[in-house]
Amino acid sequence: MGQKDLSLLRRDLRNHRLSRREAIVRLMALGMSAGGISSVLAAATAQPARAAAAGGRGSSGVLKLLYWQAPTILNPHLAQGTKDFHAARICCEPLLTVNAAGVFTPVLAAEVPSRANGQVAADGKSVIYKLRSGVKWADGRPFTADDVVFTFQFIANKQTAATTYGTYVNVAKVEPVNPVTVKITFKAPTPAWYLPFVGEQGQVLPRHALDAYVGSNARNAPFNLKSFGTGPYVVESFRPGDLVVYSVNPNYRDPNKPAFSQVQMKGGGDATSAARAVFETTEYDYSWNLQVEWPVLQHMIAEGKGQLLTGAGGGVEQIYCNFTDPSKEVDGQRSSVKAPHPFLTDLKVRQALALAADRATIAKELYGLEGDATANILTTPTSLASKNTKMAFDIARANQLLDEAGWQKGPDGIRQKGGVKMQVSYQTSVNSLRQKEQEIVKAGWAQIGVGTTLKSVDAGVFFSSSPGNNDTYAHFYTDVEMFTSTFGSPFPASYMGRFYSGDPAKTIAQKENDWSGLDITRWVDKDFNAWYDQAQVELDPKKNADLWIKMNDRVVDQAVSIPLIDRKSVDSHVNSLDVGQNLSPFDSATRNIADWRRKA
Amino acid sequence: MTRYIGRRLLSSIPTLVLISMVVFGILALAPGDPLGQFAANPDIPPEVRMNIRHQLGLDQSVPIRYVKWATSFLHGDWGYSFASRVPVDRLILQRLPTDLWVVGSSYLVAVCLAIPIGVLSAVKQYSLFDQLATTFAFIGFSLPTFFTGVLFIIVFSVRLRWLPFIYNVQVTDPVVMVKQALMPVGVLALFNSAALVRFVRSSMLDNVGQDYVRTARAKGLAHRKVIIRHVLRNGLIPVVTLLALGLPAVFVGAVITEQIFRVPGIGSLLIASIQNSDTPVVMAITFVYAILVVLFNIVADVAYGLLDPRIRYG
Repeated sequence: MGQKDLSLLRRDLRNHRLSRREAIVRLMALGMSAGGISSVLAAATAQPARAAAAGGRGSSGVLKLLYWQAPTILNPHLAQGTKDFHAARICCEPLLTVNAAGVFTPVLAAEVPSRANGQVAADGKSVIYKLRSGVKWADGRPFTADDVVFTFQFIANKQTAATTYGTYVNVAKVEPVNPVTVKITFKAPTPAWYLPFVGEQGQVLPRHALDAYVGSNARNAPFNLKSFGTGPYVVESFRPGDLVVYSVNPNYRDPNKPAFSQVQMKGGGDATSAARAVFETTEYDYSWNLQVEWPVLQHMIAEGKGQLLTGAGGGVEQIYCNFTDPSKEVDGQRSSVKAPHPFLTDLKVRQALALAADRATIAKELYGLEGDATANILTTPTSLASKNTKMAFDIARANQLLDEAGWQKGPDGIRQKGGVKMQVSYQTSVNSLRQKEQEIVKAGWAQIGVGTTLKSVDAGVFFSSSPGNNDTYAHFYTDVEMFTSTFGSPFPASYMGRFYSGDPAKTIAQKENDWSGLDITRWVDKDFNAWYDQAQVELDPKKNADLWIKMNDRVVDQAVSIPLIDRKSVDSHVNSLDVGQNLSPFDSATRNIADWRRKA
Repeated sequence: MTRYIGRRLLSSIPTLVLISMVVFGILALAPGDPLGQFAANPDIPPEVRMNIRHQLGLDQSVPIRYVKWATSFLHGDWGYSFASRVPVDRLILQRLPTDLWVVGSSYLVAVCLAIPIGVLSAVKQYSLFDQLATTFAFIGFSLPTFFTGVLFIIVFSVRLRWLPFIYNVQVTDPVVMVKQALMPVGVLALFNSAALVRFVRSSMLDNVGQDYVRTARAKGLAHRKVIIRHVLRNGLIPVVTLLALGLPAVFVGAVITEQIFRVPGIGSLLIASIQNSDTPVVMAITFVYAILVVLFNIVADVAYGLLDPRIRYG
């Protein structure tokens, strides 16, 4: 059954053109399972009429959001972290927003560009956006194509030091066609026309507020502390690192929205007490990113005062295998590309390690609703998740693989071959959840005769990019290491870049490039590289998707990295709040805050 | 006297320079960088990271960065926060009122509790009251604020629902303002007063046995008067020193307590800045703290002389 049939059916259902019973019959005729049917029906009917808040604009009082990391700057292109994007997104808007499935919805654009409507150039060199007309900035000035042009100029100036710069590297120029049409031209033809001006990294800035602050002067812009945009709210006051107070944008395009008269975004503290503020004391209406261990969180949810909100695309927790020898020093560095790993270069060994990692137990005991066990490296957008891979926890098969590879158990139960003992050093960041994961994995590996030495490094060190510190994830001076890679955009080029070695001097992490290369496993695979290069230019969406799936399958089959958990973004809100479908891995949780309302 | 103060001030300059060098050195050696939050996000390519480091001046060598920081600090320019790109002095000034209110009142409460309790338990040594006060002091002294803080939250917010546990500066209602300050003030006051009680008690006991007390009693003064006019006045001299040395904390906040109750004081700014490797902010706060400590040391010494005429400054 095509996605199109389904969406048509959903629409008819919503418009009451189709009764539920009729819909069920049709869905069954289409060969859908009972579970599938109920989810279609739920999705279609759960969508409430979001036309207006019950009492109109500003009638629902104060909305209180709690972020355990405090926003420090409100200019989205100077954001220092996710929380800053979320804070900015309450007042600023991109041209399009996108959900976990990779489906676009227009925000400041009038429609989603496509090849069919001719707005995406057939040669992949440009895209044209028609803008929503009649939109005003919060100060009453009209929003035009010129503001989009300016936003690009602001980001593209290196002196500005925009953190969103990476999303716009392929953009050659942005020019107005007319006041409500803008054309983006790319440096090289790309299938990813949807990177610039989409999602949280694509928020459009008002030229009249920032014109004098492009370049190194950007830090002096009053806008950074008192941003405003075309969104439902404007910043009323801001105390960096503590509290943002928003009031209603008087010029917001929908006269009935937003429902709240004031929004407060409070920052600081820790995730556990942030969860407590919603689930136990209901002091706050919404709480972000509850990285709390599942048993603790489960206990709080049981109080029944709030709802847990989970969304796909929180990143994949995985164990990367080192293809180079971390104990041998060559040219002043360990894990040198010149020193292959004594046993992890053997496919069967890596496969055995993957088979002996008990992800189902990790998912069930430690993550609960916060993540699912996964067989894939690439899980988001969900349309790119491979269906060809299988997840298995099979000690017998793992033992068999190691026997076949010639690794014999020694008197101490640890396998060895040619004087090399299979003793694995396994590092991750300090985090009680991760240390428990390590224990579970270690127990599995012990059953196949692999000895494991656990190591945990302070997160500040582990994730830092300092070339002088041997304990960073990029130095990778252990045999395997574990962390979560996150998805930043619906085009997974940077995410899959972790495994790309097409330009070894630059892409493989090593001393010569200050360990800035993304390929930390030092894995080199010609096919993968070829597919990766091809995916950068393949314009046919179907073929492009197939390439990413093929790359995922190669990484998984080769067990370069062992995917454990497909994590979810986990937020929560009190029972009285309705936030709609707010979560997206590519846009802020506050992206639809105009629609948030109190339940009657 | 003036000469003494002048000499003390001059001699504190090398101390402060040394402190600033050590703090800067430690910060430079510490791992982490301002983009730490984006660490596992491959969407921020290495070029962008390098460029931002360059724009923030982090690619220069440590001595050069130190000299730059020191010269601009002397000119009154405390630099910009990496995280909010706001002048550091503005960030700190914004948070000072909250600290004066929360930490200041906790200090006041601590003093108001500690002096009477300390005096009474010294006067009635080994009585039931003294035993109770001692127990209370040891409990307060040995329980860390991160424990009492969470305990208070669970009891007063989660179970009894009397008090909010998230401090909000936006509040204008005076009742709520007091309510939300109760727990942080309580936690800090408990901790501070515990130490003070012990100090006041022992200082009082030191004086009770002195000859001048016997003389005062011998000339027929009432017990109350002896204690308040003679013993207490003399007993408080070392306490005043202790109080003066503790005062800088009022201006720099209480790191842990502020973090637990989300009090937006300078202490929580310090912690957040350390986590974000926001060097200019950390430098400014630690250095201001160093200056205050040195200053209040001088104040304590001077106050000592004023209270006790026997002490002369040579």
